[in-house]
Amino acid sequence: MLRVDGVTKRYGDVLACDRVSFDVGAGELFGFVGGNGAGKTTTMRIVLGVLAPDAGEVRFRGAPVDHAARRRFGYLPEERGLYPRMRVLDQLVYLAELHGADTNAAHRAAEQWVARLGLREHRDTEVQRLSLGNQQRVQLAAALVHDPLLLVLDEPFSGLDPLAVDVLVEVLREQAAAGVPVVFSSHQLDLVERLCDRVGIIKGGRVVAGGTVAQLRAGSGSTLVVDAPAAPAGWAAGLAGVTVLGVHNGQTRLRVAPGTDDQPILAAALATGPVRGFTHQHPSLAELYRDAVGVDSR
Amino acid sequence: MSPRHTVWLVARRELRTRLRAKSFLIGTAVSIAVLIGFVLMQSTLFGGERVTRVGLSGQAAAISGPLTEEARARGIDVVVSTVRDPAAGESAIADGDLDALVTGTPAALHVVVDESLDENLRRALNSLVQQEVLRAQLATVEDLDPDQVLATVGDATVDVRSLRAPDPTHDERLAMALVIVALLYLSLLLYGTMVAQGVVEEKSSRVVEILLATVRPWELLAGKVVGLGLVGLAQLTVVGGVGVVLAAVTDVLTIPGVALGTLLWGLLWYLLGYLFYATVFAAAGSLVSRQEETQSVLLPITSVLVLAFVMGFGLLSRLPNASATAVLSVLPPFAPILLPGRLALGTATAWEVVVAIVLMLTSVAGLTWLAGRIYAKAVLRTGPRLPLREALRKS
Ligand SMILES: Nc1ncnc2c1ncn2[C@@H]1O[C@H](COP(=O)(O)OP(=O)(O)O)[C@@H](O)[C@H]1O
Ligand SMILES: [Mg+2]
Repeated sequence: MLRVDGVTKRYGDVLACDRVSFDVGAGELFGFVGGNGAGKTTTMRIVLGVLAPDAGEVRFRGAPVDHAARRRFGYLPEERGLYPRMRVLDQLVYLAELHGADTNAAHRAAEQWVARLGLREHRDTEVQRLSLGNQQRVQLAAALVHDPLLLVLDEPFSGLDPLAVDVLVEVLREQAAAGVPVVFSSHQLDLVERLCDRVGIIKGGRVVAGGTVAQLRAGSGSTLVVDAPAAPAGWAAGLAGVTVLGVHNGQTRLRVAPGTDDQPILAAALATGPVRGFTHQHPSLAELYRDAVGVDSR
Repeated sequence: MSPRHTVWLVARRELRTRLRAKSFLIGTAVSIAVLIGFVLMQSTLFGGERVTRVGLSGQAAAISGPLTEEARARGIDVVVSTVRDPAAGESAIADGDLDALVTGTPAALHVVVDESLDENLRRALNSLVQQEVLRAQLATVEDLDPDQVLATVGDATVDVRSLRAPDPTHDERLAMALVIVALLYLSLLLYGTMVAQGVVEEKSSRVVEILLATVRPWELLAGKVVGLGLVGLAQLTVVGGVGVVLAAVTDVLTIPGVALGTLLWGLLWYLLGYLFYATVFAAAGSLVSRQEETQSVLLPITSVLVLAFVMGFGLLSRLPNASATAVLSVLPPFAPILLPGRLALGTATAWEVVVAIVLMLTSVAGLTWLAGRIYAKAVLRTGPRLPLREALRKS
């Protein structure tokens, strides 16, 4: 559905996006993760046509994205912004109309989203008089009010209270279930892991890893927790394909490279004394992310 | 969706927001009140004191000192100069560079004026002539007949010649000219500033990012300019219309036809002037990201408007026929304020109007292109004020 293909953008000496490529299919939730200044916002602005890329292109449904196609996209920018002195409902109706909805449809959709996001009692309030949390909800409604064919949300979870996070998760799942491709960036890797079908990890303007969380895991081996209380420090050092992550309460956490046979590890552990536990764990997205971006996290 | 529809949606938002605001109603009411006061006071306001420039030619140069004194005693302020060539003096009068040209001998002064001689100056000159005649009579002391001397002296007055027939409606026309100059100045300043503030508001609130994800920069700019322009046009029409009707029914104006014409020309020049200034205001606004910085970035533009306004008042009341007035009133930055004033005075010629409109439309086209570029480039930039140089650079 959405294909970002070799998108490059340079600001002076900074290469904000360096041949960024990824695909998002119909109904897919795509999580875009990376540190501050990694290039997420720049990529999203290019998808929305707010910025022009220096090279590369964005395609949607097989065709290069033009103005008419962008009109049907929904966008939640990182720097939130609405008309401060406009009333909630008027604002949503206006934005829906700008996106091409006719007046009746715009009113219906605005009312519907106001109700859905729990803003009914604020529908005639000026946006500047709303609490920050409610302003976030209006901003989300603004991204959804025109029934977008693609959703691009930049840090949608930042600044949300836990209840609003649940609402947003529900809305995003619902949109995806309706076939809308959803791209969002987030620092909350546990949320991304829970929510996303696929993930793209970006660092220094480059996509350094991408795929389903399972695929990322397959590429990075597993975490092995060995409970060997009598083992001396450093027992696992030197084993082929093994990195020691840490020792805690007699439990040693090891990162095992993909394709490594775990039996020699068990044998080495048994050689130190009794082994009470020997468990493979899936690395969390946070761990995978650290592997992918290294220590320097830009 | 067509660009025209998008522009209209943006314009409609501006219209609704502004027309609904209390400030619009209050602004309109205040303008009408000021205008009424202006119209009622017109006769007292424009007769005001001023410097009268008198050129002396030939033997008349001898009265330079006495005239200055006589005038000072009568409370009028004259500046006396010597004119070598009477013909040059007359053309200076026609151009409005001189108010009166005095020739002849001190005992038989001839005065040339454009339309009419200032009454105080007439009395001052008469008194000089009479003193001179009296002196001559007293010189022939042998057969002095007091009655005859008095009669002779009494008959001695300056001979006045006008280059043009005095216009009895001049004061009314001047009042209308100044009213339209003031109205146009206020409207252009107010609505131009509103365009800039609107641009800055969209930038500072960051709403521009979601807007530009669905509308093109030029559509957003055009919609804003059109919407606010229509609000301004509505306000000017209401204020001007009420002014004309009031002046006509209260008999303050004896020439309502001219007043209506002045209003219609004023509305046309409001539109032209607004198109000229609004995009420039918008481009300037797009350079900054915070409301506090708006004033300073607009200063060069508002200064031009203030200059046009000040010149309008000065030139139209003092030098309505000067060639400098004619030239300035045709130039684009000043035409929207000066030319309607001259049209009200009846001193603008048809070809001047044509030249002014052509110049105006040409510069509107050029400025719109330039301002649109600056705006498109600058509107998404946040942070410190964007230098104009950078905004103009090719991307
Ligand atoms: N308008 C801009 N001018 C100059 N540099 C920019 C601009 N926008 C972004 N950058 C730079 O581009 C890089 C990527 O930024 P961004 O896309 O905002 O990252 P992220 O959203 O992942 O935090 C950063 O180094 C940032 O400083
Ligand atoms: Mg960002």
